[in-house]
Amino acid sequence: MDPYILMRNITKVYPNGIAAIKGVDFSVEKGEIHGLIGENGAGKTTLMKILFGMERPTAGTISVAGQTVKMTSPHTAIKMKLGMVQQHFMLVPTFTVAENLVLGMEPKQGITFLLQRAIELTEDLSRQYGLPVPPRAITSDLSVGLQQRVEILKILLRKAECLIFDEPTSVLTPLETKELFCAMQRLATEGKVIIFITHKLREVKEIADRITILRNGKRVAVCKAADVSEQDITRMMVGEAKIPAPVKRTTVSGPSVLSVRGLTCQRKDGHIAVCNLSFDVAAGEILAIAGIMGNGQTELVEALTGLYPCLTGTITVNGEDVSTASPRRIRLCGLSHIPADRMGRGIAAPGSITDNLIIDRYFKAEFSRHSIFGLRKKQIRQHGEILRQRFNIKAPTAMMPVQLLSGGNMQRVVIAREFTAAANLMIADQPTQGIDIASTLDVRQRLLDDRNAGKAILLISADLSEILQLADRIVVLYNGEITAHFSTPAEITTEELGYYMLGAAQQAGPEIEQAA
Amino acid sequence: MYRVNLFQLLQIVSAILIALIIGLIIIFVVSEEPFRAAYYLLFGPLTRIHRSIEWIHMTIPIIFTGLAVSLVFQAKQFNIGAEGQFLVGAAGATFVALHFPPIGGLHILIIALAAMAGGTLWGAVPGLLKARFAANELVSSLMMNFIGFFLALYLVNHYFRDVQAGFMVSYRFPLTAWLPDLTIRPRLHSGIILAVIAVGLIWYFLYRTKWGYEIRMVGMNLKFAEFGGINVQRVVFYVQALSGGVAGLAGAVELMGVHHRFLWTSMPGLGFDGIIVAILARNHPLGLLFAALFIGYLRTAARLMERRTDVAAEVTIIMQAVVILLVTAEAFLQHWQRRRKEREALLDG
Repeated sequence: MDPYILMRNITKVYPNGIAAIKGVDFSVEKGEIHGLIGENGAGKTTLMKILFGMERPTAGTISVAGQTVKMTSPHTAIKMKLGMVQQHFMLVPTFTVAENLVLGMEPKQGITFLLQRAIELTEDLSRQYGLPVPPRAITSDLSVGLQQRVEILKILLRKAECLIFDEPTSVLTPLETKELFCAMQRLATEGKVIIFITHKLREVKEIADRITILRNGKRVAVCKAADVSEQDITRMMVGEAKIPAPVKRTTVSGPSVLSVRGLTCQRKDGHIAVCNLSFDVAAGEILAIAGIMGNGQTELVEALTGLYPCLTGTITVNGEDVSTASPRRIRLCGLSHIPADRMGRGIAAPGSITDNLIIDRYFKAEFSRHSIFGLRKKQIRQHGEILRQRFNIKAPTAMMPVQLLSGGNMQRVVIAREFTAAANLMIADQPTQGIDIASTLDVRQRLLDDRNAGKAILLISADLSEILQLADRIVVLYNGEITAHFSTPAEITTEELGYYMLGAAQQAGPEIEQAA
Repeated sequence: MYRVNLFQLLQIVSAILIALIIGLIIIFVVSEEPFRAAYYLLFGPLTRIHRSIEWIHMTIPIIFTGLAVSLVFQAKQFNIGAEGQFLVGAAGATFVALHFPPIGGLHILIIALAAMAGGTLWGAVPGLLKARFAANELVSSLMMNFIGFFLALYLVNHYFRDVQAGFMVSYRFPLTAWLPDLTIRPRLHSGIILAVIAVGLIWYFLYRTKWGYEIRMVGMNLKFAEFGGINVQRVVFYVQALSGGVAGLAGAVELMGVHHRFLWTSMPGLGFDGIIVAILARNHPLGLLFAALFIGYLRTAARLMERRTDVAAEVTIIMQAVVILLVTAEAFLQHWQRRRKEREALLDG
């Protein structure tokens, strides 16, 4: 029998000239959980977007249930009984769960929308698949895990036979992940086809029947998950054996570099995003902030870097009060900053690598003569060239526009700039998000080197293993407040952290006060 | 990088060709003497020396206003107030030309400075409103045009008006306020040299000074500029003010070079032409020189055609519109570019 989904010789070249995937074959059987694994930028998401009709392949054919299809849009895909759970949920936040579920296929009588019927539909479907949701609740009030469940039900309601999950666990706590896996297994036993995109080895080993490994836009292997070890998969993903070893902590921390007292931040819509935070980061230590995204991390970082004013509280960098200082002033006090929003904050995409590397230093005597006499073009070019080579930015010259680089190389531009800034405090906000393993290891090593050299580092990361590997101390941010502080990260597990991140547990006041 | 520019050039050239074809089709439809009209449209400005000079004179103010507008566009801000800045600059120039002691050499300089001051003031207003109160500069700069225009008319009418002339014009400037001529008969004034110098200066400013860097970074990604410590509000303000200054200078050059008195009773439209050439040149100062020459050529040819044949000059407005549409249409020819990129990417392996 033919596989349920068969993609042959798929190639995709993006308009920017980057070949995301080249001649990939991919197949999934009925009743199977198939892991699609690869580093970021390996082409996993692109391949699935093609399957789901969101991107058109440059070459190749797709067949579903033995029938060759031209996937021209997600509509075609849905008609072919495919469904995709996106990383960013496609739900209307102000609608109730039931309304979201029936959106686009509402039960109607004449022109009247039958809410009661929608609620019944939701309850039936929930029961049928064992995925309980509150049908009357407003979607934005739900936890991320529940919202994801709504997404899944939405797809099932549209009679999907094949469900594609794009990195579904990246936003979930360990507990929610477990629940999701149960649901996936149940669906598979009912004969659905599950495709599971991830770059987390443990998860794929845990749940997938078979795995397809992509590297650099090409398929490197298809195998039974039981037949390979995590090391094998890593090797195939990265291409060479580069398995991270746990880091020995050697340094003793010095005087406080960043000191935050009673910091409260308000978003533009009036919501208090960060509430009464107090903590210190000392020279020679990495303080990590763990927390599910959207619990105040963005606002905290914007306040610390002067990009958004804080409501109350004080921020001190190297002894100077910078609570109301401009971003430049704070940088001059000794801060460097790797922003989480790389495209939005970290780079000017149309600009050259060279121009992107001097945004925090172009005005300094090294690069600029007095006022109208202009910039020191030669020094700036040299600076760009040197950093391009030193940080291994893959481009023929440093004059190339940043927008022509891949995501990983864009991040290298940011890394190159921020690691060479004249600063002894670094705020690293999701520094390894969306980059490949080799670059990730490089960034982590640099963070550790800088710490050992006596810098103070504030690390914000959604990746718990990163936090556990690097941090000297950990604070957990939940709903804008610090709910836990650990001064010996070696003694805690991801599960334990997860409880605090989810708000299921909270330390007592005195323990939290140790953060300061 | 160079490839991309080559592609843009191709895009512009084909846009011009298409516009030309459309223009010719219209001429052949409406005209009794289509070949004569087409001849003037295509070659008119080249047929006599004085016509070529008319072309250059037509081009000079557009270079200045184009520079002014492109500065602001580089910061991804808007400025459709070059018209008003031009007129206020011209009014300032008229004031100084008539009331300042006519000292050779110095007089021209002071007039230029006065015009720049007027234009700067007019540009600073939308800049300040945007930087300080986030007021849409598109609206405010447009409104400033009318204020500027009627202010200039008021000043001319009440203070500088030459009652002996049959029209509402100012007194003639003294000879010390005339730009020196490069050739005598037919006369070509030295404004073209100033325009070329201005192109060089603005290029240097944009690509070689820290202010220019700030402007470009704000234009490429405002949030990035902010992140890097650039005071975005300040940039938004000074780029508008500076742009106003350049547009104001255009007014002075036009009066000192060509008319030698303030004579406009309706908006001459040179500020708006600046927007067109800035778009055509993709805001690059060097490209602007050529874009201004192109638009100037089209205008001169249109006037000639109108004078000599039965085709109205407005035909060129249609052509101009077609060019702008095609140049700003991002998807035009992109298909071709994408296919080439696909081939290259696959060859890279």
